[in-house]
Amino acid sequence: MSHAHIDVRYVAKLARLDLTEAEVAVFQSQLEAILGHVESLFAIDLPGDIDAADTRLGPMRDDQPHPSLPPEAVLLNAPDQAQSQIRVPKVVADA
Amino acid sequence: MSLVTLRRRYLDGETTPSEAIAKLAEEIASRDPRTGAYLSHDLDLALKSAAGADLSKPLGGLPIGIKDNINTLAQPCSCGSNFLAKKYTSPYDATVIRKLKEAGAIPFGRMNMDEFAMGSATENSAFQLTRNPHDHDRIPGGSSGGSAAAVADGTAFAALGSDTGGSIRQPASHCGVVGLKPTYGRVSRFGLVAFASSLDQIGPLTRTVDDAALILQAIAGHDPQDSTTLDAPVPDYSAQIDLGVKGVRIGIAQEYFGEGIHPGVRENVESRIRQLEGLGAVIVPISLPHTEHAVATYYVIAPAEASSNLSRFDGIRYGNRAPNPADIIDLYHQSRELGFGPEVKRRIILGTYVLSSGYYDAYYTRAQKVRALITRDFKHAFEAVDVILSPVAPTPARKIGACTDDPLQDYLADIFTIPANLAGIPGMSVPCGTTSFDGADNLPVGLQILAPHLGEAMMLRVAKAAEGLSLP
Repeated sequence: MSHAHIDVRYVAKLARLDLTEAEVAVFQSQLEAILGHVESLFAIDLPGDIDAADTRLGPMRDDQPHPSLPPEAVLLNAPDQAQSQIRVPKVVADA
Repeated sequence: MSLVTLRRRYLDGETTPSEAIAKLAEEIASRDPRTGAYLSHDLDLALKSAAGADLSKPLGGLPIGIKDNINTLAQPCSCGSNFLAKKYTSPYDATVIRKLKEAGAIPFGRMNMDEFAMGSATENSAFQLTRNPHDHDRIPGGSSGGSAAAVADGTAFAALGSDTGGSIRQPASHCGVVGLKPTYGRVSRFGLVAFASSLDQIGPLTRTVDDAALILQAIAGHDPQDSTTLDAPVPDYSAQIDLGVKGVRIGIAQEYFGEGIHPGVRENVESRIRQLEGLGAVIVPISLPHTEHAVATYYVIAPAEASSNLSRFDGIRYGNRAPNPADIIDLYHQSRELGFGPEVKRRIILGTYVLSSGYYDAYYTRAQKVRALITRDFKHAFEAVDVILSPVAPTPARKIGACTDDPLQDYLADIFTIPANLAGIPGMSVPCGTTSFDGADNLPVGLQILAPHLGEAMMLRVAKAAEGLSLP
């Protein structure tokens, strides 16, 4: 696999970022350099007994209701709100 | 003045929390316009807390600066980002803030940082540069650069930071203060705005090792709100801190003293190690053979986790929302494009790429396996030694602006701090003299002390011994 194939504009779209042309140009070369370094991982001879790092969570707390933030605290930072709810643009396309 | 000294002065009736905080505000007004460590500070709120301070508590009336990615009720929490600037007020206290308050401390000031903790120089803050108090043309390190610079500048007695790949230890080293990253899971991350959840830890930046122990004591422990916290007893970190290093086995890994280290850094660190040996420590050569792969591993795992964590910044519930979007998808795109700075975008794209279909196993799964190898290296090493000593960073603080177009160069400089985050072990930076570098004299050098999981007590003990030494 070669890092030369990174399509910065396409990956940015997946990440919901609307890059400018100038950003695409700068990030393309920077990300290629970073991926070039990262690809040194491909050359490591991994021992057969190694598994991916153990990043399991500890015990989960009991699945019981407990106090959470009141609605007015949650709405405190909402960019737009109406009727005690967060207002967003229409999410369903016209038929 | 240290926290311990300030507390003693309170108890002796020599000063009061209100006086100390008012004096601190004067210091901030006088020096911080130049240093730029603080994003804001609410003097009225702090004085109100000071008036009711309970001096019988371990941190009673002590003001502590807070990195701007830790939620503190009714205070801003911008994470150094335009996405949250003036658009977000914390509706709750992070667990560490709750614990600090329960111990009597007064959170005072929001400390500048690299945007969402992504950076090693505090140059990625959307708002301002923070300058190194030892040389204002130089970086303070990062991402907790505001916290470190304020402690070094005398405008904070102590501060909290967060460390994902060295973001407490490296700025502590560059600013000549003490910085402590606890074992992963020792301190709750609830209320810390997440960057890379399997690597992030909150910890103190202080003027002395005793102060670091004092703050760690207050914030450590299991938290039901963070399922990655360890349900292990919290020892008394001060109990054995003065026992010295006689018989303590200190590991020295050749991989941390190779090419690329500034000669002055090497000389100071090696000299300090010889001094500890003179006090009775036993020096043991060890090997951490996968160290060279740590940066590459980190720059897969950390951006991958960041790209997922930062998906919450979508312009819906809080923060920046673009005006007049065409539809909901356009709202996401525009809000994020306008809200995030270049380093954050770069890492989100990198993380999205390594997690994307067809690349996940090649990058992410492989990086997790190399992470396991790095963890295994430390496990083997700590069978033979109690702590590992090294430099914190290969060079002292560089000049502001020296790496702006070449992010990889800054990434590579984190080689000595990143492995501890990957392995989840604790690490500290302790001042280790000064050296000349790149046209400047007297730039601080940091000694790094690494310890096994939950080995903070031994780490602090070695740090205290090292702190008491001066270079020949």
